[in-house]
Amino acid sequence: MIRSCLIALLSHWRRNPVQLFAYLAGLAIATALWSGVQAINSEARSSYDAAAATLGEGQYDRLIPKQGSVIAQDTYVALRLAGWLVSPVLDTQLGETRVIGVEPVTSPTGFAGLTLTDGALTPGDPDRLFANADTAKALGDRARVTVNENVAPGVAIGDIGTVQRLSGRDDLSSLVVLPEQPIGRSNLETIAPDLRLQPSQQVADVAQLTDSFHLNLTAFGLLSFAVGLFIVHATIGLAFEQRRGMIRTIRALGVPLRTLVTLIVVEMMALAAIGAAIGIVLGYVIAALLLPDVAATLRGLYGAEVSGTLGFRAEWWLSGFLLALLGTAVALAGRIWQIAAMPLLASARPRAWVMSGAARLGAQSVAALALLSAAAVLVIFADGLILVFALLGCLLIGGALALPVLTSYTLSFFEQRATRPLWQWFWADTRQQLPGLSLALMALLLAVSANVGVSTMVSSFRLTFVGFLDQRLAPELFAQVESAEQSAKLEAYLTAQGIEILPLRSAPAQIEGRPAQVFGVRVGPTYRDNWAFLDADALAWDRVAQGEAIIANEQLARRANLWVGDSVQISPDLRLPIVAVVGDYGNPQGQVVVSKDVFANLYPDSFAGQFGIRTNDAPALRAQIAEHVGLTENAMINQGAIKAMSLEVFERTFTVTAALNVLTLGVAAFAILMSLLTLADLRVPQLAPVWAIGVTRATLGRLELFRAVGLGRLVFICAIPLGLALAWILLALVNVEAFGWQLPMFLFPLDYLQLGAYALVAVALAAAWPAWRLVRTPPAALLKVFAHER
Amino acid sequence: MLKISSVEKSYAHEDGRIPVLQGVSLALEQGQTLALTGESGSGKSTLLHIAAGLESPDAGSVHVLEQDVTAMDDSARANLRRRDIALVFQQFNLIPSLTVGTNISFQAALSGTADSAYEATLADALGLSDQLSKYPEALSGGQQQRVAIARALAARPNLLLADEPTGNLDEHTGAAVLEQMLDLVRKSGAALMVVTHSPKVAARMDRTLELSGGKVV
Repeated sequence: MIRSCLIALLSHWRRNPVQLFAYLAGLAIATALWSGVQAINSEARSSYDAAAATLGEGQYDRLIPKQGSVIAQDTYVALRLAGWLVSPVLDTQLGETRVIGVEPVTSPTGFAGLTLTDGALTPGDPDRLFANADTAKALGDRARVTVNENVAPGVAIGDIGTVQRLSGRDDLSSLVVLPEQPIGRSNLETIAPDLRLQPSQQVADVAQLTDSFHLNLTAFGLLSFAVGLFIVHATIGLAFEQRRGMIRTIRALGVPLRTLVTLIVVEMMALAAIGAAIGIVLGYVIAALLLPDVAATLRGLYGAEVSGTLGFRAEWWLSGFLLALLGTAVALAGRIWQIAAMPLLASARPRAWVMSGAARLGAQSVAALALLSAAAVLVIFADGLILVFALLGCLLIGGALALPVLTSYTLSFFEQRATRPLWQWFWADTRQQLPGLSLALMALLLAVSANVGVSTMVSSFRLTFVGFLDQRLAPELFAQVESAEQSAKLEAYLTAQGIEILPLRSAPAQIEGRPAQVFGVRVGPTYRDNWAFLDADALAWDRVAQGEAIIANEQLARRANLWVGDSVQISPDLRLPIVAVVGDYGNPQGQVVVSKDVFANLYPDSFAGQFGIRTNDAPALRAQIAEHVGLTENAMINQGAIKAMSLEVFERTFTVTAALNVLTLGVAAFAILMSLLTLADLRVPQLAPVWAIGVTRATLGRLELFRAVGLGRLVFICAIPLGLALAWILLALVNVEAFGWQLPMFLFPLDYLQLGAYALVAVALAAAWPAWRLVRTPPAALLKVFAHER
Repeated sequence: MLKISSVEKSYAHEDGRIPVLQGVSLALEQGQTLALTGESGSGKSTLLHIAAGLESPDAGSVHVLEQDVTAMDDSARANLRRRDIALVFQQFNLIPSLTVGTNISFQAALSGTADSAYEATLADALGLSDQLSKYPEALSGGQQQRVAIARALAARPNLLLADEPTGNLDEHTGAAVLEQMLDLVRKSGAALMVVTHSPKVAARMDRTLELSGGKVV
């Protein structure tokens, strides 16, 4: 019985291959985009974990130089002799590869991900480094490398003696402080006055910093998943409508309801599993294609290294697989309930969807109203990224549910004003088709709104970012120095030349309980003329110059809720008021700007490590500096180059977003194609009478195309306000929660028109095939309607 | 074979419950044929559905092969239908996605009694031998009704219930299909109950029972 029943059920798909394709493709697309994004996130998180394990960042306190980046070996020896349990680390470069030297005997257990216990690190092991396969390849023949996939991407680990030999250095970069220290050890200032203790919490956690980036990707993945599931939902609905007769017959011939329901669930879930499996393979391909851009973004934005090779980790493919099955199960549940509740002798005629349309429209109106009201409440009260994403969900789903209601009213409007019979029929027929098309139209609305919203956000961000670069990168040349002597020499040389210089001192600090950066600046005309504040006192720069106040960046102001007039604890014995808040779109961390004198008091041993230099002839000045101060070419960069580099990072940041945008639009077009194709067969009884009274198949085909493009245009009109609302939420709320800054919103009408043209072309292409099929429908197929033989 | 005793059935309506069957009783022995006639709405089809266990009566009892159908749950009624009862509907109710051959063997395969030689004999007898690989949509109405009859007989039922089996066919085709069905029923020894409006069809049965207003007249 089971075999025969399954054969009968599966025969439906064999006879309706387009429907089977729609079902599998919908699931595959939904799973692909979701699991692709999750694969990227999973790879990145795995890389962060490996980095945290390899570099021990955020786990142990460290001793680091107050200035510069070098600790003498003697200092280490002195600290050990004084009872300090510290372990040396050398952090250097070998070609393009970051190489970390650790001391296996004194380092904490598990530090660097490699320990003596696993025999991987042997003290003094000549020329042997440990790295993952990609890094080993990059190192080439510079060292003997043992491949160990536990080592973070882009990093090689070795015994400190080996790394010193390979890099030709005899110094250290930092000293890891073991958690357990003997009581009564000597004071740090006494033994190593050039070092300072950097608490582990002062190092920003990369995983935490990048959370918002990954959450954004996840949100896009979820949107694509939802659009894909729309296709699945529509296909399941249609398949069940078409199989009502078969189900009635099978039950009448003696298959118990419970057996039939079980077999239908097995059949649909087995097909879903196939679709999901295809989706996972596609997701892997998508992730592999996008990963290089994502890796570049994370490196550029957060300095986080992500492996360039994608692993096939269970955490993403299994979650994608299960989510696809869960989504199918939800879509299936309603239909199964219908079968269970359907009297055995209920009509086998596929119900025109419009029959249940009026009731459905009413329910959708209520749901849309409820969701949009919830969105309105969340706009006021949403606090935290999760609630802001809930707001986005309410807005988008509420908007999507409202679409069929608005469309129905619009069609009624045209129907009432049509005077010619053909057009009266056309508008009435379009309204009748609405329930069958509404899921696909909603998918298109979501895709177009997401495009409008995200492109508005990105373009607004770009305009703001370019303005920000113009403010911050006003000097024509930038130089970086290695030592206090070099710093003094450069300053003296340029001052003697009468050239305006902007020395920049910086130091990491803990402000209001958060890792932040303190900058010491020499207040001058460049700052006064170029920096635009979000909020400021009238004499802000004067007060900063006099050491009476500070400037905070927007990230710090928002996170700590400290604004102009509030005061900030800069150090244990210094508290200064904020006189200005400045927009800062270059990093996610809090920053404080103080005068150079305040900075010098806070960090007396500091020197200016970076210089902005005003000049009309940057190339000539570079040459002079190289000749007279001894800076290398690599230590200097022109304003144009640094702007180009920053913009490149910016553009790459949104490459993934743009790719997901295009994919989502493609999925929506596919949803329309599948809806029109699957509806085509059901529509023959509605079209046959019109054909019989004299409307040619060619005219009917043209009307089908016109209908699709017309509905597409209506969707686009609705998508503009929805997309702009989405953009506003992204700019004013998501950015604040994710990055700590708020961006002004700009409008780009020409871009929207272009997007509208793309969307209409996609809809027209999707409608072309079903319309062509209608034009080619043989008269015999239309005549069957009248012979009651369908 | 089939014993229906004092069956009553009514349907809910906005004006209250409308009685369809009022104390109907009948008996049908193995090998017998019976025509149920009466005007539209007299309760013929409802009585046939109740006999098949597709619907439950409000009162009374139905016994098939001495088993009380009214006391059975959905699963037990389905098992009984699968093994012992076959149905021929006015609208054929073939499975459109299965070929003619698979449709014919479908019910027998469900009950695990498929016999390809017997199915071939039936197909031959009903003139369907050259249609087996086609799908129902490619067949005429008369051919589809023959497929439905072949499907019913291929399951070797003890009780065959047919609802207007020739109602959708022209006079000539209907007569031919009826003759073939009666011939095959006689050979199989099954009992047959046919719902019909046609006096000619009724005349071909062993006896006729007329329903009017839900009662036997």
